[in-house]
Amino acid sequence: MTEKRPTRTEIRITGFGGQGVVLSGHIIGRACAVNAGMHATMIQSFGPEARGSACSTTLAVSDTEVLYPYIGRPDVFVVMSSEGWEKFGNELKDDGTLVYERDLVKVQPKPGQQAFGVSSTRIAEELGRPIVQNIVMLGFFAAVTRIVPVERMREAVRESVPKGTEELNLKAFDAGVAAFDESYAGGAKAAAPAPVGS
Amino acid sequence: MSTEVETPVRPEEHPIAPYLRMDRMPHIWCPTCGIGTVVKCFATALGEAGVDLDKTAIVSGIGCTGRVAGYMNLDAFHATHGRAIPFATGLKLGRPELEVVVFSGDGDLSGIGGNHFIHAARRNMDLLVILVNNFIYGMTGGQNAPTTPETARSSTMPFGNFERPFNLPHLAASCGATFVSRWTCLHIRRLTACIRTALGRKGFRFIEVIAPCSTLYARLNRLGSGLALMKFYHDNSEIKHGADTREVDIGFQERFICGNFIDQERPTFLDMMHAHYSQVLGDRYVPMKPEGGWLHD
Amino acid sequence: MKADPAGVLTGVHYLDGDYACGEGAMAAGCRFVAGYPITPSTEVVERISRRFPMMGGTFIQMEDELASMAAVAGAAWTGTKCMTVTSGPGFSLMMENIGLATMMEAPCVVVNVQRGGPSTGLPTMVGQADMMQARWGSHGDYELIALSPQSPQEAFDLTIEAFNLAETWRVPVMFMMDECVGHMTEKVVIPPADQIEIVPRKLTSKPPGEYKPYEVNGRPVPEMVRAGDGYRFHTTGLTHDERGYPVMSVECQEVSVRRLIDKIRLNADQIVRYEEEDVDGAEVVVVAYGITARVTRAGIDLARAQGVKVGFLRLVVVWPFPERRIRELAGKVKAFVVPEINYGQMVLEVERCAGGKAPAVLVPHGGGGVHDPRAICQAIVEAAR
Repeated sequence: MTEKRPTRTEIRITGFGGQGVVLSGHIIGRACAVNAGMHATMIQSFGPEARGSACSTTLAVSDTEVLYPYIGRPDVFVVMSSEGWEKFGNELKDDGTLVYERDLVKVQPKPGQQAFGVSSTRIAEELGRPIVQNIVMLGFFAAVTRIVPVERMREAVRESVPKGTEELNLKAFDAGVAAFDESYAGGAKAAAPAPVGS
Repeated sequence: MSTEVETPVRPEEHPIAPYLRMDRMPHIWCPTCGIGTVVKCFATALGEAGVDLDKTAIVSGIGCTGRVAGYMNLDAFHATHGRAIPFATGLKLGRPELEVVVFSGDGDLSGIGGNHFIHAARRNMDLLVILVNNFIYGMTGGQNAPTTPETARSSTMPFGNFERPFNLPHLAASCGATFVSRWTCLHIRRLTACIRTALGRKGFRFIEVIAPCSTLYARLNRLGSGLALMKFYHDNSEIKHGADTREVDIGFQERFICGNFIDQERPTFLDMMHAHYSQVLGDRYVPMKPEGGWLHD
Repeated sequence: MKADPAGVLTGVHYLDGDYACGEGAMAAGCRFVAGYPITPSTEVVERISRRFPMMGGTFIQMEDELASMAAVAGAAWTGTKCMTVTSGPGFSLMMENIGLATMMEAPCVVVNVQRGGPSTGLPTMVGQADMMQARWGSHGDYELIALSPQSPQEAFDLTIEAFNLAETWRVPVMFMMDECVGHMTEKVVIPPADQIEIVPRKLTSKPPGEYKPYEVNGRPVPEMVRAGDGYRFHTTGLTHDERGYPVMSVECQEVSVRRLIDKIRLNADQIVRYEEEDVDGAEVVVVAYGITARVTRAGIDLARAQGVKVGFLRLVVVWPFPERRIRELAGKVKAFVVPEINYGQMVLEVERCAGGKAPAVLVPHGGGGVHDPRAICQAIVEAAR
């Protein structure tokens, strides 16, 4: 019996309430499940998610049906607040990928882990709307992980954000992708990583 | 000289027979109970008001007065204890063209159903609520009610009630009822006229009717027969239309106030909902049809 | 008939189970919802209250769950399809009027997004411990129907099924979701309205005067009318005769309650629904439902890797229970394994139906999370020995 071993990627996204953590997870899940034909199960943590407190969402992305909906140690950890880093930083797999807001979070990745930082808040501020920080991060995440083709993620952004805000959000997304290209893909700092979960 | 006795009216020829389920007579109420009189007033008022009986539904809860729905020749629902008002709310919102009447007792509507009562009044749900108050739980054997006057005896307050009772017209009024009245079952004409008027109004309409329970309330308190209670109402009820409802509480065997206290217009739950959604949603708003949101081929 | 397009959000969506359930209700033609907020079910009514004004639906947030269920029992008589939504603590309060709806034979749907209990328990975390309450939580003797979805897609599909079953059998149908499915977001495909089959309210063809609300003439389910159509009918929570009039007698109790039970029990084959996988020749058959069914399949994969022949029976309709199928399998398997997020509820049914021919091994979980597939695997491997 030659069965293809199913690929499963586990993702955790954390930040503080109001940063759009859940929307980010939703867009990633939608991109994978709706736009790219994979399976993606998103679970949001339900706690006291008042503005400013810690907030987290997880995704299990797979080529086959997701049977176990929760995650163990994530393959990818997106962190947008230092509280999120402190709470979940240890969980990241030893060879996992860390994607972080580099002006807000000081991370200490373990050897073997790859870390990619972006000034998503500052970039969003430069676009005139700090609220799109999470979409900048999403563009950066898409470029780092290539979990789906970047264009699929971009489609999911367009389909998920409130009507009338598409242009702004796509600009933010593109800025996040560009930030990766500038800092990592083109430069000498790091080679482009392999797609996650393969 | 012989006295010729007129042939009594056969039950099915009685003027209110068309409003009743005559196949369910005789009813279960005790001799001298006041509930039957209130039913007579209600049936008469239905005829006088000229409401479409096919579009009128009645809901009762549990208890002696809770049996009223079962005797009315309308779409009739005998619901659970205390839940007549929310059940009626479902009927009204499921088919908005219905005139929905809630007919139940003091224990049912103000005891176990008290929370529903205040919220339906607050929302101004379009219901006519007729509450027969006999100051006691009759069907279960004379236990204390939220309306039992202080010092009055009940089977669970054998040494006299020490709790403060509800002043029901004031409760209804303070929650926003658009129509609030109190009568006794002695006031047949005034009560009938009051129900007729209320049937022509909209919103949460509340009519309290004081009625004798000679089997339990009168016996436990040694108040004599049903007739003696009616005489007491005659001598001690004072009619004061427009009275401040704060002043209409009832003390044990004390004078009390009857009358039409409040009759005002206020948009109902459905009025408010339609107006609000029309304003904020404009053409996108699709209200439920008067006959309800039912689907058919 | 086909669904009313006004309620059908055709397309490919990424929705959580609660939203998908709300979409299923609207697609099924539900146009009246009464509810009271409670975690983790509230998103169902949030979704509905946002979309109802555009499709002729009315949502009302009642003062409590007693009122919510009573309002639904009332609205059921208007022909408007109706539903209420809650979780454990509210489900307990609804039991009173679930009994009323059962006794009056008022079609409606009750959604319970199960969380950990007893009492306030774990408001934001999963449980599956209301399964027995769904069956007999109200007092007295009765049978009703309960379903359990395993995914947001099924939360949509089976909510429509729940409404259809409620109409067909004139019972309140319990929609037993769990917090995990309710708060899990996945792809949900909503087909075009003309591909969604719904069962409309069947009204009597008899004129007023000839109609009796509870006359069956050999059918399992009496014909219904709507309040406001001139039938001037009577219905009650008291034991009643064909006319809907109270009758306090042993004979009437026997006839009326027996029929409430028989309409489900004797027609269980038409209602029961389960899915099987590799049951033929299996040494062990695992029985599961809801989110646990998915986790179970992960456990089964692990057990198969160890060479155990494992079959799987997933309950889609939970009540009535697939008695006959379990009885058949009991003669063929070494054991049943029943993982569930409680300390043994549906396993009792498996055990009863197995009749001692095969043991039913419970894999319990106290709630707040789902099983570790390895625990299920271990139970399967041990049961196969």
